[in-house]
Amino acid sequence: MLITKPPEFRASEITSESNYLNRRRFLRGSAAAAGVLLTGSVNGATVPTGRQASLADISASEYSTTEEPNSFEDISTYNNYYEFGTGKADPARHSQDFEPRPWTIDVSGHAERTGTFHFEDIVKPHRLEERIYRMRCVEAWSMVIPWVGIPLADVIRRFQPTSSAKYVAFETLHDPERMPGQRSRVLKWPYREGLTIAEAAHPLTLLAVGLYGKVLPNSNGAPIRLVVPWKYGFKGIKGIVSMRFVETQPATSWEMAAPHEYGFYANVNPDVDHPRWSQARERRIGAGLFAEKQPTLMFNGYGEQVAHLYEGLDLRRNF
Amino acid sequence: MNTLTQIRFIWKPSLFAACLSPALLVVTDAFEITGDLGANPVEAIQDRFGIWGLRFIMITLAVTPLRQITGRNWLVRFRRMLGLFAFFYVLMHFATWLVLDQGLLMSAIAEDITKRPFITIGFTAFLLLIAMAATSTNGIRRRMGRRWQQLHYGIYVAGILGVWHFWWQVKLDTSEAAVYAAILAVLLGYRLRRSLQRPRGRRGATVKAPHPAGSRQGRTGAAGPAPEYD
Repeated sequence: MLITKPPEFRASEITSESNYLNRRRFLRGSAAAAGVLLTGSVNGATVPTGRQASLADISASEYSTTEEPNSFEDISTYNNYYEFGTGKADPARHSQDFEPRPWTIDVSGHAERTGTFHFEDIVKPHRLEERIYRMRCVEAWSMVIPWVGIPLADVIRRFQPTSSAKYVAFETLHDPERMPGQRSRVLKWPYREGLTIAEAAHPLTLLAVGLYGKVLPNSNGAPIRLVVPWKYGFKGIKGIVSMRFVETQPATSWEMAAPHEYGFYANVNPDVDHPRWSQARERRIGAGLFAEKQPTLMFNGYGEQVAHLYEGLDLRRNF
Repeated sequence: MNTLTQIRFIWKPSLFAACLSPALLVVTDAFEITGDLGANPVEAIQDRFGIWGLRFIMITLAVTPLRQITGRNWLVRFRRMLGLFAFFYVLMHFATWLVLDQGLLMSAIAEDITKRPFITIGFTAFLLLIAMAATSTNGIRRRMGRRWQQLHYGIYVAGILGVWHFWWQVKLDTSEAAVYAAILAVLLGYRLRRSLQRPRGRRGATVKAPHPAGSRQGRTGAAGPAPEYD
């Protein structure tokens, strides 16, 4: 598996005023960005409204794994998306009538540019990339998924987060009418997730809008969801309607539901067991009935790209 | 054809086939004849065997209350088969876990059984069921006398441990486990209430209705209730 080291993007570069937030240099860039935000004409990524519609102009990425992706059927019918029911087959079954468009996203908090934006305007200034990533669920199964999306780093840069923005907090749509699973109180709705600003700005972090070159299926979090491949899958919040730049670590749904089992960082770590099961091995979906479980890799195999983010952090305490 | 013959040659075989059908369905789903096992077939097989094991424990526990409420004593003749099917499904659940999930990796298996409480509990229930299945024949029951019934009260413990095991392995949505807990509470609560209401006679003695044709009273050996089923 050949994943070259990405360009350096340290936390200091994001939060230091002299560097990332050099206002004069940045304002020049942001004027263009503002224009782009309004006209959306630079890279012109578009996501058609039809389900299963093909996406155009997808570029390949050096961050993709060479591993064989799972089948579209497995990826779109075996999901944890409690907004549509808690069974693995429920999201595909119960999201048939869900209409993901039109869709808006609120951007708020410690940033120069805030407001409510159409999904199209979030996506248009960027180029769609295919990122074939491993996805490791905290339940100890995994898949390889060919996402199509845009780097979160590029998106948040447009909103010019200030130095007070230490974290990015996300929320899913809260609408029990459209999301029947939300009528159950299994989780406190809406679903909440968050990343440190460094994690959010990491080149691997993706806002996915597609799968297998087509529009993202409803069961996978249409129209837009987060993908953080070195963390457990529950960090990949689906159906994002809100992005907030905040100063303190935000509350996240699974941490609220079971704080001794699910943490904020949720980095894939074979050495730190879930209280009720081992995380040392995982079942690769699609490997077959008699396939053995395979060893889980630290940071899901993305350690070379992300380990530096956690230097000095006790990963057992900060699970 | 009298009732006993009917039971032996018609009703028991029919019930046997019905009890086996969930297992057969797992096989036909695996070969995609009836349905399919989904993206995670190992998990699907393990879960299905497990849930049927739990269901058959509940069904077995329901026989005596049903018999006492309806007065249909012949129900008890099916109790052993139902109990053995509970054992069968739990055995398959355990075997699936051992072979397909854990890949017979003994170190991981030992670690799971000792370090994960919900597995320890499940394994204990399994051991109990083994003990009861192994002593389920008429001959052994006769020879064990009073001790047989003491051991076979273990079905109550297996029921409690089974529900607990199920509840504890749920990630978050315990609604299904709660249903089984409620069913178990009713089945055990009924017995508790009944044993508190009746005057204390022979330990655990139920009011015995006269046996159907071909009474076995004469064959009662050591102390203990007469064998009540074929």
